[in-house]
Amino acid sequence: MKPAPFRYHRARDVEGATALLAELSDEAKVIAGGQSLVAMMNFRLARPGHLVDITGLRELDHLGVGADGGLRIGALTTHHTVETAPADRLGAGFGVIRDAMRWIGHLPIRTRGTVGGSLAHADATAEWCLLALLLDAELVAHGPRGRRHIPAGEFFFGYYTTALDPDEILVEIVFPRPAPHAALTEFAERRGDFAIVSAAVDLAVDGGDIHGGRVALGGVDAMPVRVPAAEAVLADGGSFRDCAEVAASAVDPPSDGGGSADYRKHLIRNLIERACEEAMSR
Amino acid sequence: MNDTTGLGDDVQLITLDVNGTSHEVITAPRRTLVDVLRHDLGLTGTHVGCEHGICGACTVLVDGLPARACLMFAAQAEGARIATVESLADSGTGTGTGELSDLQRAFTAHHGLQCGFCTPGFLMLAQGFLAERPEATKEDIREVVAANLCRCTGYQTIVEAIDACATARRSQRAAGAEEDSCN
Ligand SMILES: Cc1cc2nc3c(=O)[nH]c(=O)nc-3n(C[C@H](O)[C@H](O)[C@H](O)COP(=O)(O)OP(=O)(O)OC[C@H]3O[C@@H](n4cnc5c(N)ncnc54)[C@H](O)[C@@H]3O)c2cc1C
Ligand code: FES
Ligand code: FES
Repeated sequence: MKPAPFRYHRARDVEGATALLAELSDEAKVIAGGQSLVAMMNFRLARPGHLVDITGLRELDHLGVGADGGLRIGALTTHHTVETAPADRLGAGFGVIRDAMRWIGHLPIRTRGTVGGSLAHADATAEWCLLALLLDAELVAHGPRGRRHIPAGEFFFGYYTTALDPDEILVEIVFPRPAPHAALTEFAERRGDFAIVSAAVDLAVDGGDIHGGRVALGGVDAMPVRVPAAEAVLADGGSFRDCAEVAASAVDPPSDGGGSADYRKHLIRNLIERACEEAMSR
Repeated sequence: MNDTTGLGDDVQLITLDVNGTSHEVITAPRRTLVDVLRHDLGLTGTHVGCEHGICGACTVLVDGLPARACLMFAAQAEGARIATVESLADSGTGTGTGELSDLQRAFTAHHGLQCGFCTPGFLMLAQGFLAERPEATKEDIREVVAANLCRCTGYQTIVEAIDACATARRSQRAAGAEEDSCN
């Protein structure tokens, strides 16, 4: 199908983009890589009256580790740029982020789709959303009232809903510290599809011993979730298998076309154990 | 501007760089890149299947990288270099002899197509991928072709065609390097 008519605006700077969004209010939508939005517009699931194209804002296309050891990624950075970033820019402790990119759609999707678009779109199994939650990222939003930093734990509200106001744009995501022993893995029916279940862990390892860790899941709720019960198992020195078992019984996944709740629990058991092993072997 | 597109909306003037030629197009903002290529520029080599990024029939190169032309508005392509399947053969610019490229010949030699509907998309996917990853293994190629759908071939012959092309290019480069070092 073809999209409904709209007016097209090309933003020249961040201030201009947010001022325009404020003026046009809920009639307008930001467009970045278009890999989710254009598909929705072609099917008329979205019919914005105005599009504000931010792809010209090259200052939002950047990636690098700062003096504080944190990794900052501009909202317009594509999945492909992250996937192919040279090691000195991405930083040794952030391999989990680079490796997660291959799970996002396919090459021609990753060359256009952006980090900011993924986070703002907030699909329940999107890899960026899971990484943000797992690694305690901060999302930087800019609006007519200025800039604010939103912790990932307070950013996702539910299916495709976030803490962003309609006149705010996401400008940057900050991963505060390296995660040398972290991994993300998932299962989808076909390569490149959105995952049925995705699992990610970040182990705290010191001298070969595990002192705890964070565990997050996608595809079990309306947004990515952390699983405190499973994290407690790691903190108490439990096995990866126990951690995975506890995670599967702690969540209440939906039954839908992707799979039944039982099937999802089965995936969780396998994927968490696999993610723990991968994270440990890094 | 007046509507001359039959779309009945506001129109805009955009300039697109397609296969090395600059084109001025008056079109509505809601026109996707693939529709402008096909309907306004008459470049019907790029196909349209699903219009939501799944099938890959519309794959073109945007600044050298494979992208879905159905998931971009034409206005967003201003300032970028667009390459379509018409650019591959020597006749792409209208001045050459019409000889097919090495990649296209590999598809013919390995029966990488049957009905041909998916072929322009696979060709542009492979063209962009091999330019970035000339050392790609058959396994890498197998993974990348999962991006596009083919309902005829079963993919095996497509993988073989791309692999054969990559291998031939590598040995050509190696031979070239040897010649250079002899000189
Ligand atoms: C075939 C296919 C398979 C895919 N598979 C996956 C997958 O496995 N995993 C996955 O995570 N994704 C997948 N995607 C989606 C892809 O990752 C998109 O890139 C992403 O969801 C949206 O990014 P975008 O830049 O394209 O955003 P757009 O499509 O341009 O925008 C998406 C939404 O975010 C808003 N937005 C965009 N940028 C900003 C910003 N900076 N500030 C505020 N709001 C903003 C827009 O208004 C819109 O509502 C797939 C897409 C396709 C077509
Ligand atoms: S028509 Fe673009 S991916 Fe199917
Ligand atoms: S050759 Fe017919 S769809 Fe691929």
